[in-house]
Amino acid sequence: MGIKWDEFFITGDPLILGAQISIALTMIGIVFGLTYLKKWNWLWTEWITTVDHKRIGIMYIISAVLMFFRGGVDGLLMKAQTSRPEMEFLSSQHYNEIFTTHGVIMILFMAMPFLIGLMNVVVPLQIGARDVAFPQLNALSFWLFFSGAMLFNISFVIGGSPDAGWTSYFPLAGKEFSPSIANNYYAIALQIAGIGTLMTGINFIVTILKMRTKGMTLMRMPMFTWTTLITSVIIIAAFPIFTVALALMTFDRLFGTHFFTVSGGGMDMLWANLFWLWGHPEVYIVALPAFGIFSEVIATFSRKSLFGYKSMVYAIVGIALLSMLVWVHHFYTMGSGPAVNSFFSITTMLIAVPTGIKMFNWLFTMRKGRIKMTTAMLWSLAFVPCFTIGGVTGVMLAMGAADYQYHNTLFLVAHFHYVLIPGVVFAVFAGLYYWWPKMFGHLLNEKLGKWHFWLFVIGFNVTFMPMFFLGLSGAARRTYTFSAESGFAPLFLLSAMGSIVLAAGFAVFCYNIYWSLRYADRNISSDPWDARTLEWATATPVQHYNFAKLPEVKSLDAFWFMKKNNEGLTLKDSEIEEIHMPSNSGQPFIMCVLFGISGFFLVFEWSIAAAVAALGIFAGLIYRSFDYNDGYHIPVDEVRETELSWRNKKGEAHKHVS
Amino acid sequence: MSANVNTSLPLEYQSGQSRMNILGFWIFLGAEIALFATLFGVYAVLSGRYAGGPTHQDIIMIREVMIQTILLLTSSFTCGLAIFEMRRGNKNELIMWLVITLLLGAGFLYMEINEFIHYVHIGASMQTSAFLSSLFVLLGTHGAHVTFGIGWAILVIIQLIKRGLTSVTARKVFIIGLYWHFLDVVWIFIFTFVYLKGLVL
Repeated sequence: MGIKWDEFFITGDPLILGAQISIALTMIGIVFGLTYLKKWNWLWTEWITTVDHKRIGIMYIISAVLMFFRGGVDGLLMKAQTSRPEMEFLSSQHYNEIFTTHGVIMILFMAMPFLIGLMNVVVPLQIGARDVAFPQLNALSFWLFFSGAMLFNISFVIGGSPDAGWTSYFPLAGKEFSPSIANNYYAIALQIAGIGTLMTGINFIVTILKMRTKGMTLMRMPMFTWTTLITSVIIIAAFPIFTVALALMTFDRLFGTHFFTVSGGGMDMLWANLFWLWGHPEVYIVALPAFGIFSEVIATFSRKSLFGYKSMVYAIVGIALLSMLVWVHHFYTMGSGPAVNSFFSITTMLIAVPTGIKMFNWLFTMRKGRIKMTTAMLWSLAFVPCFTIGGVTGVMLAMGAADYQYHNTLFLVAHFHYVLIPGVVFAVFAGLYYWWPKMFGHLLNEKLGKWHFWLFVIGFNVTFMPMFFLGLSGAARRTYTFSAESGFAPLFLLSAMGSIVLAAGFAVFCYNIYWSLRYADRNISSDPWDARTLEWATATPVQHYNFAKLPEVKSLDAFWFMKKNNEGLTLKDSEIEEIHMPSNSGQPFIMCVLFGISGFFLVFEWSIAAAVAALGIFAGLIYRSFDYNDGYHIPVDEVRETELSWRNKKGEAHKHVS
Repeated sequence: MSANVNTSLPLEYQSGQSRMNILGFWIFLGAEIALFATLFGVYAVLSGRYAGGPTHQDIIMIREVMIQTILLLTSSFTCGLAIFEMRRGNKNELIMWLVITLLLGAGFLYMEINEFIHYVHIGASMQTSAFLSSLFVLLGTHGAHVTFGIGWAILVIIQLIKRGLTSVTARKVFIIGLYWHFLDVVWIFIFTFVYLKGLVL
């Protein structure tokens, strides 16, 4: 019972009051709108209870875009605060909270769900399957992520946001130095979302290993599927470490144990080690699928097979192995000693080798290709130089001795933004422009897309390039202000101006979604990009059973060669069969609500109430154990009707090869 | 998926969905290994940090621990017998061995809870020192898994009674068998690296 009632809602800050009012108004607006349009039933049956991997993917992506907005506003607030010396826009406490939530939200609630959303939409299609291995578990994964994200997001209006950095190092994050409940949000919301991620990992490993269509050997899988597989393996290896670390943090904060405390024999460095044992692989969990997206986009728009396919596979496996062996490079300065630092310097630099192989493979894929400058391709092209800057500064940081100069400066901040923005954000944008028709049946506007691209890329470089130089001249990260005498002012101002351009790019992106949803041409081919992989071998948007007849694969880039040889594309009436599909279920959503309630009580340290709510979670599990619903069959007539509705259109897939 | 039935395999492997569930569970156990490995790592780091509190030799109850070990190892054996009977299609024997397994598991749990109460009673609680924090959480996580497994197995037994031995119930029994053996393996590591090591070092 660690909280006073008058501290329950955060009061006294006009920004937060505004946020509270806008949240209340938005919620009233949504409830009113749904009631007025009589959409409650539609929302429940079509979306909330869905187990369709494509819809789950779309819900992941929508959540990720919303979280991108939230995290982006955090970023803009920080940039506004540091735009001039001695600014008093945010207090130091508020600044601490904002850089913490910015980091957590962008990595765990934006980058991960964005990529997992694209995996959900694309991977089953790429391997020629009708769904993932465990459709209902997939829905549960999404809803657990959603529950964790919502719990984390309410922290800034109820009870206070975590303020110890996204790394939440002890002893700062412990009860002794952060006595308020704010950091409980970190421990518990991430725990809930993490369980969902772990299940996603299991789901995709089984899906990819067991549900590939006939003829698709491992070495014929599209690169995005490969990276999803390896990412899932890293998730299985790394996320349990975070689960334990967060659980121990919860015990320390709620039940007075001594894992990471200063007193009682605890060891604060243990947290740093556990956190980065998960945290570094986490970087590759988000980077590898992004690499997969670039591989697909570059091959498609260079109109060539991916160069060095096998070396790409070995490179991602190598990156996955090395990702587990580099965690100490996050704290060279915290007393590991020269021998340990040298070891981790070497392993860290080794990562540049497989990454470099991938870079050259992409470049060689483009060499002598007939490159089409679509928006998706532009993102991939911009990725190459921007990510290389991030990579090279990474090798600089990898040197243990030199790191004493860069550690905890803005140089580091610039470095990881140069890795994560080109490496992940450019990738999800490329993937979104590329796969958008698969989800919605129309393209995103290419002209607006180019505005989005140029504003975003220029804004990104103007924002983060100055931070390298600020860091080298000694500007420390996570400091809420600086003096005029420091001489940092011009570069900080430049960086702040860049962030406005960056935000404008994001605004154009949102407008593009709105414009395209309203006005874009719906009469497009099922294969608008003349693509190479199986997700394009079916209708656009995809019918809910994916494939009437499961395709047969004879080579890499299966669909490309199907088009070339004009085989396997038509569907004879005799080939249409009943299709077995899983039934919808409300259980995952109810579990999400129960996890959310239980987690909320636990944040406020009302253990008994949390335990009572947890009984509901067990009830949900018991219900699931007794649930013998075996799905349903789509009758032949319905399949025939659906297939006729898209197959006889103009621009049918096999008329397309150029 | 329903087309993917292979009747030459054991009952629990016959449907395509069951094969996927079993593989998925193996991968889940892989995640569990990472989880327990982390807890063992934490214990290894903190096990010497008594902070002026009781040491391991002060509190260890080796006779009780031996009995716990025998109970749990025997339960793993009876669990194996249950799967053996399942493969022979004997539903009643299967249920009997499962119930015996759970009784042995419950006995283990009863003794472990008593052990915890005893520790707290002699002033060795989770809040006393880093060593005890890590000891309680490592043992407690294992114990919570056993508790969860007992509750889960009871649900499966009810389904066995209601529905008989089908490819679905057989798969559920098989998976819980995997889980139970896994907990046994974890206990062997706890016995070695917590109790035996605590006895001699």
